[in-house]
Amino acid sequence: MIFLSFIVAFVLSMLPLPQLLQSVRPEFVSIVLIYWAIAVPNRVGVGIGWIAGLIYDVSIDALLGQHALTFALITYLAIKLHQRIRVFPIWQQALTIFVLMMLQGTVILWIRGMLGDAPPLSTFMLSAFSTALFWPVAYLLLRQLRRYYQIN
Amino acid sequence: MTLDHRTTYVNSIRSGIAVLVYPFQYLVNFPANVGDWASESFSSRKQLQEDNSTLRTQNLILTTQLQKLNFIESENIHLRNLLESSKRVGERILIAELLSVDMDPYKQQVTINKGSLSGDDIYPGQPFVDAKGVMGRLVHISSLSSTALLITDPSHVLPIQVNRNGLRAIAKGTGSQTRLEIPHIPNNADIKVGDLLVTSGLGCVFPVGYPAAVVVEINIDPSLPFAEVLAEPIAELDRSSEILLVWPGGKAKPNPSNPCQLQTESPAEASEPVKEKTAS
Repeated sequence: MIFLSFIVAFVLSMLPLPQLLQSVRPEFVSIVLIYWAIAVPNRVGVGIGWIAGLIYDVSIDALLGQHALTFALITYLAIKLHQRIRVFPIWQQALTIFVLMMLQGTVILWIRGMLGDAPPLSTFMLSAFSTALFWPVAYLLLRQLRRYYQIN
Repeated sequence: MTLDHRTTYVNSIRSGIAVLVYPFQYLVNFPANVGDWASESFSSRKQLQEDNSTLRTQNLILTTQLQKLNFIESENIHLRNLLESSKRVGERILIAELLSVDMDPYKQQVTINKGSLSGDDIYPGQPFVDAKGVMGRLVHISSLSSTALLITDPSHVLPIQVNRNGLRAIAKGTGSQTRLEIPHIPNNADIKVGDLLVTSGLGCVFPVGYPAAVVVEINIDPSLPFAEVLAEPIAELDRSSEILLVWPGGKAKPNPSNPCQLQTESPAEASEPVKEKTAS
């Protein structure tokens, strides 16, 4: 089930959108990764995050390893804080996700800056914002999924 | 990451993972495929007849132009022979389809459905065009699909010349799909709004003479050394679903480190052009 949810997230992240909406597309793979890292930290760890990041890099043909690094980073933080995030009310969770996404965006921005093609700052802030907005939906969906299939 | 940026060692890892990713891409592309198929099969008889008649007219016009083109081409070869300059080889082309898959939002990239396993020896750096003009070049080849960089990507630069007078320049991508920037044009250069820019073939990656862009805006500021020239790509970068891969050198692949030298299969073939030169 965890594997299937990752596949759905990858497909959603590749779905063609109009140019205007592309920058507000939530980071589906990150959301799924963070959810499983918080819910079942004994099954989804930094290694899974790293592999998911590598696959993500190839799927969008970015520099190999940049998302592997950031996904591993946010998974590590999510696991480190998982007991605290679990008891947060959902809006506070969304805020945490926003912070994590900003962190991911900053690292990506650094890497791109070093390569010499830094995107405008506003784009990744938009994506972090939409990811945080999407979190409650994803959280409730994935929690239903986890309870139904009794993954723990 | 440094390895990927500076060298080509990790390309095999990348193409390995790309095979894993291809089913996802196929899945995402599937609704678009079904849509195309449905609109084709359920179109009305009247519409088909209309399409047929317009295509017939277009075909007639194009064949008429082609008659002239054949004559002009042979005349061109003849004149070039007289001038003893090198002949231009006919280019080989292959039709490929774009997968409707979104990529990195910060880059201008597309995925095509041809890879190293499809039997046609496509190579990284290969240019491709659509029915109207130059679109870009391939960057990564994997077994089932390849990714390509469009001419509007900020890291892409295209050698061009003004079709009217042969003024050479380069066209830089801006990251916007409707704009190219032509840097280093002196304020007094002979370039006007509406000029057609075609590929110049310098750098040997792109073949000569394909239309690339039309100049849309020229801002001359006397205090600056160069004029600001903006052009719009002719190719339908965001609408084309079929593209043509071009082999500029005919059969031979260019050498990856220096595209002006062709990679030849055997040393015997390599020595052939030299003999020809000495004979003439």
